[in-house]
Amino acid sequence: MTVSLRASSQARTSQPTDDNRTVIEVSGLTKRYGEVEAIRGIDLAVHAGETFGFLGPNGAGKTTTIKILCTLANATSGSAMVAGYDTATQRDAVRRNIGLVFQDTTLDTYLTAEQNLRFHAELYGVPAGAVRPRMRQVLEMVGLWDRKDSLVSTFSGGMQRRLEIARGLLHAPHVLFLDEPTVGLDPQTRTSIWAYINELKGREDITIFLTTHYMDEAEHCDRIAIIDHGKIVAIDTPAALKASIGKDRVQIHTADDRAAIVALAETFGIEAAMHEGAVTFSVAAGEQFVPRLFADLDVQIGSVSVSRPTLDDVFMSYTGRTIRDAEASGTDALRQLVVHMRGRR
Amino acid sequence: MVTQTVTPAADTAVVESIRVAVPEPGFRHDLRAVSIVWRRELIRFRTDRLRAVTALVQPVLFLFILGTGLGALAGRALPPGMDFKTFIFPGVLAMSVLFTSIFSAASIVWDREFGFLREILVAPVSRASIVVGKCLGGATIATFQGVIFLALAWFAHVPYNPVLLLTLVGELLLLSFTLTAFGVMMAARIKQFQAFMALTQMLVMPLFFLSGALYPLRGLPGWLAVLTRIDPLTYVVGPMRDAVFSHLNVPAFEQHALAPGLTWAGWLVPQWLSLGIVAVMGLAMMAVAIAQFRKTE
Repeated sequence: MTVSLRASSQARTSQPTDDNRTVIEVSGLTKRYGEVEAIRGIDLAVHAGETFGFLGPNGAGKTTTIKILCTLANATSGSAMVAGYDTATQRDAVRRNIGLVFQDTTLDTYLTAEQNLRFHAELYGVPAGAVRPRMRQVLEMVGLWDRKDSLVSTFSGGMQRRLEIARGLLHAPHVLFLDEPTVGLDPQTRTSIWAYINELKGREDITIFLTTHYMDEAEHCDRIAIIDHGKIVAIDTPAALKASIGKDRVQIHTADDRAAIVALAETFGIEAAMHEGAVTFSVAAGEQFVPRLFADLDVQIGSVSVSRPTLDDVFMSYTGRTIRDAEASGTDALRQLVVHMRGRR
Repeated sequence: MVTQTVTPAADTAVVESIRVAVPEPGFRHDLRAVSIVWRRELIRFRTDRLRAVTALVQPVLFLFILGTGLGALAGRALPPGMDFKTFIFPGVLAMSVLFTSIFSAASIVWDREFGFLREILVAPVSRASIVVGKCLGGATIATFQGVIFLALAWFAHVPYNPVLLLTLVGELLLLSFTLTAFGVMMAARIKQFQAFMALTQMLVMPLFFLSGALYPLRGLPGWLAVLTRIDPLTYVVGPMRDAVFSHLNVPAFEQHALAPGLTWAGWLVPQWLSLGIVAVMGLAMMAVAIAQFRKTE
């Protein structure tokens, strides 16, 4: 039940169909707002079908990058190709092939959900016959089909975000951009938004590019880029990034803690100690280690917990500070940036 | 950390394959864009009845309160049996679309503040179709507003003559279009809603007062005569008053005194030119607005 999409014949001919084709290609991208350098030389490549995350503190240049990729801003230098088209010279072609969900809502709250989608369908030139079934499909995907006739102003924040995701998918884009898709939502709603995004990855043949400053959201991505001060400091899979900064923390409760510590040292060569009333040690790829632990440790284990490195751990290892520090010091630069952007559009 | 396992198994089988092919840009696509932007204006207007009512308050005040009050004084200068309300009706009718037209452009500023403008600007359509749709939408709802006010013609002793009514509606449409284009042009530059409203308030009254809506454009001091000729509203109020007077039984010399027609240094500007000026101004301002929206950050 893959939804077949694909725009023009031109798009079809210009793009090979192998899975490793590059959907987003950015090289040497920079953007200045007056004195402020929002991004300072970004290179990246995103492959078809990938979910790519842009992780960094507020003001790091995430939104600016997305704006350039979505043709809403011009780069100062460098180039960006999306779905095979140049974001500077082939704007409309790029726009036809992307869907967008912005950080702030861009719905008309005085219209109904259906009217919002209808507006989008007409603007994107979705063929008249396909509008209705496709609208139903995307609304059902986000669980809003029964609310299609309600005014958007009656929707909760989470429902509005879901509606925006549905709208972004309406014209069956190659790439869906999600700028901080869950910011400002409560944890439960964040979870449900991610359930929809993951479901959509299963259903649609689509590449997702998202920005976030939550590590747990980066977990949903196939690869993430960590961005700080307008530069990418690391690109890899979440697992590899975490592995690169070191080890997971494993805590076990055992029948005999002292024996367990000795056994860990003898069997695995791991140095363990008592912390918070549990046998605690660090190991790479902690989750994979647990089965071995059960198989080979002679001491009976009561419970196991594996903690992943946090965003702060990963971020700190690449930038030398925590993300909270980064956001605090970034506030001034951000403020300047906001002033500049307000002055424009 | 939440790992959501989604099983796109049985339940997704009901989802049929839906082919969506977004077309290459073209005239048809642009027309659809114009149409949907236009339709959105109408939907918004229809759901906002309060706006329609409040927009009617000011012209009604001018016609009935000012018209009646000043009529006692100005009546002496009018031919016997003629109501001052009749004289100012065309001007106040023009005023009834003035606010609605310019305010309809304010929705662009509003949309910018509330984000919806982004949804529009990132769409793969020409900026021209968006601006054209917006101008036509504003013109339509303003004209509709004018038509509601036009229904009050009886109170001003203006006859419900079909030819007259059609002429007036046509002129209202032209005026509304030009005023909306003016508003859209300003909205492309002004980013704050408050600033836009303040500017509008500041401009609307001078436009109205200088248009000759309340007095004949004859025997005015030089400075005022010049100002009235600069006001675009003048070029519609004149033809509208001519249309009304041609359907009244007013002696020719009286008509000449009250609706002398617009002159440039003594040369009588023909109606077609007068209306043509308004149309050209509207198109020119629309072109400027399109150029403004083409710019990217």
